Amino acid sequence: MAAPTYPFMASIEELRTKLATLEASRATPADDTEVEAVRSALEREIERVFAGLTPWQRCQLARHPERPYTLDYIGGLMGEFTELHGDRLFGDDPAIVAGFALFDGEPVAVIGHQKGRTTAEKVRRNFGMPRPEGYRKALRVMKMAARFRRPVITFIDTPGAYPGLDAEERGQAEAIARNLEEMARLPVPIVVIVSGEGGSGGALALGVGDRIVMLEYAIYSVISPEGCAAILWKDQARAEEAAAALRLTAPDLLELGVVDEIVPEPPGGAQMNPPAVYASVATVLRRHLRELKRCKPEALTRRRYDKFRRMGRVVER
Amino acid sequence: MANAVSVPPGMWVKCESCKEILYYKEVQDNLEVCPRCSHHFRMSAESRLSLLFDGASYRLLFQKVRSTDPLKFVDTKPYTERLRAYTAKNGPGDALLVARGAIGGHQAVVAAMQYRFMGGSMGSAVGEKMARAIERCLVRKTPLISVACSGGARMQEGVLSLMQMAKISAGLARLRDRGIPFISVLTDPTTGGVTASFAMLGDVNIAEPNALIGFAGPRVIEQTIRQTLPEGFQRSEFLVEHGMLDLVVPRHELKPTLVRCLNYFH
Ligand SMILES: [Zn+2]
Repeated sequence: MAAPTYPFMASIEELRTKLATLEASRATPADDTEVEAVRSALEREIERVFAGLTPWQRCQLARHPERPYTLDYIGGLMGEFTELHGDRLFGDDPAIVAGFALFDGEPVAVIGHQKGRTTAEKVRRNFGMPRPEGYRKALRVMKMAARFRRPVITFIDTPGAYPGLDAEERGQAEAIARNLEEMARLPVPIVVIVSGEGGSGGALALGVGDRIVMLEYAIYSVISPEGCAAILWKDQARAEEAAAALRLTAPDLLELGVVDEIVPEPPGGAQMNPPAVYASVATVLRRHLRELKRCKPEALTRRRYDKFRRMGRVVER
Repeated sequence: MANAVSVPPGMWVKCESCKEILYYKEVQDNLEVCPRCSHHFRMSAESRLSLLFDGASYRLLFQKVRSTDPLKFVDTKPYTERLRAYTAKNGPGDALLVARGAIGGHQAVVAAMQYRFMGGSMGSAVGEKMARAIERCLVRKTPLISVACSGGARMQEGVLSLMQMAKISAGLARLRDRGIPFISVLTDPTTGGVTASFAMLGDVNIAEPNALIGFAGPRVIEQTIRQTLPEGFQRSEFLVEHGMLDLVVPRHELKPTLVRCLNYFH
């Protein structure tokens, strides 16, 4: 059930717990009336809190411990998933999952960052921070998708690349760079879904696609607000200001021309009603795949190049 | 003048490696390499271009491209003010100079990063100039050489800086598909988004000796793993050992090495 997370969510989570308790124990018509009263109080409270949502609060929602993760999306959207393991070079990275599944009955490659729920799983998946093996496994599966003419769907949800000794030793910069180059030339449709935290290079390594869609309360940034604050103000505690300065929310990214579309989340965020999120994502994904399937491979990669070529703002004088 | 006997500023320079006080002219004449200990001083983009092009003769390209302030970013100072100050001090060009000319008789394009412009950070202007350099090489079928010297993506342009990595790498994919050589030179320091895009994507990756090269900065890694990093970690020689670079080449041999590569491929 709703565990206490962030102060700004406290009143919402309190009502949510109350509602769940009442729903579980209701017996009389009077109980039903009370359930309805609490339900509408919850709706009003969500509306009130979310009306003034700050960028920092959006970061917290993107990191919400109950937010659906890649494997949840795969389970909610697709059937017959087979996870594939290993980069065939060094090892298998549990911080990225990859494999094939059926979406609307059609085979697709699906790849995404994976965070853990329990402490043990969080550690095993390195909090969703990939090592080079993860990017290389992802690339192996993407190339397989190209060979068998299957579209690629990626989910982005990572604090960033793992700043560890081993990840550096095994060339994480090269692994990320290679994915950027190879994704640019992959001759099959790629749809990127920024579902949670889009943390820097570790996110972008799965982020080059024909369509980039972003969940309403997801974030995408060149650096974490904490990292930015530490560098600019020498003070991690100023992350809240950094979050606002970095313009990392979904509406910001749409305006900056980095994402194509925002997928709305249920009131209160994806964790409030995951099945509703899966339904919204499925609708969007279906539409994009249908459009992209009509493109010839050369047109696909040419447009993909043009898409990224336009990103950025410069003047000439 | 208050102190007429003092030496003119910039005449002497201390080598940060051997701590020797050196006559700057002597260092300069030695391609900005310490004559005592061979420490490679950081080189400006202009000196780099002069070093690489035949007869130190080259023509700058795309010098009108400037970054803007799409985020209206303010930290301790507005980003527009920073851009103005750096441009006033360094001239136009942002953190990358792109030039064309001959190298060992081959027509080539060199994209050299300017560290003194905001730590060689990569924002939209660097990305745009790099993309244009690649497109020029595609059209004219000339080889591309990049010289990286950068702390990574420019925070002040947010996610747009991140996207420059994808934009440049997508360009390099086209270069590779058409069989046009791309040689990456990595100098001290090459970190973050520059390493994780074009700097690691050369057909040949060449580093100067003892350059810091990596994705995450050493301080961030130390904070993460709560250990002191081993001596030589993330230095050029370490990266060669781990299979990430082809060669470590001292500055005096850089141009002849590049010419040999161009002869093989072009
Ligand atoms: Zn020295």
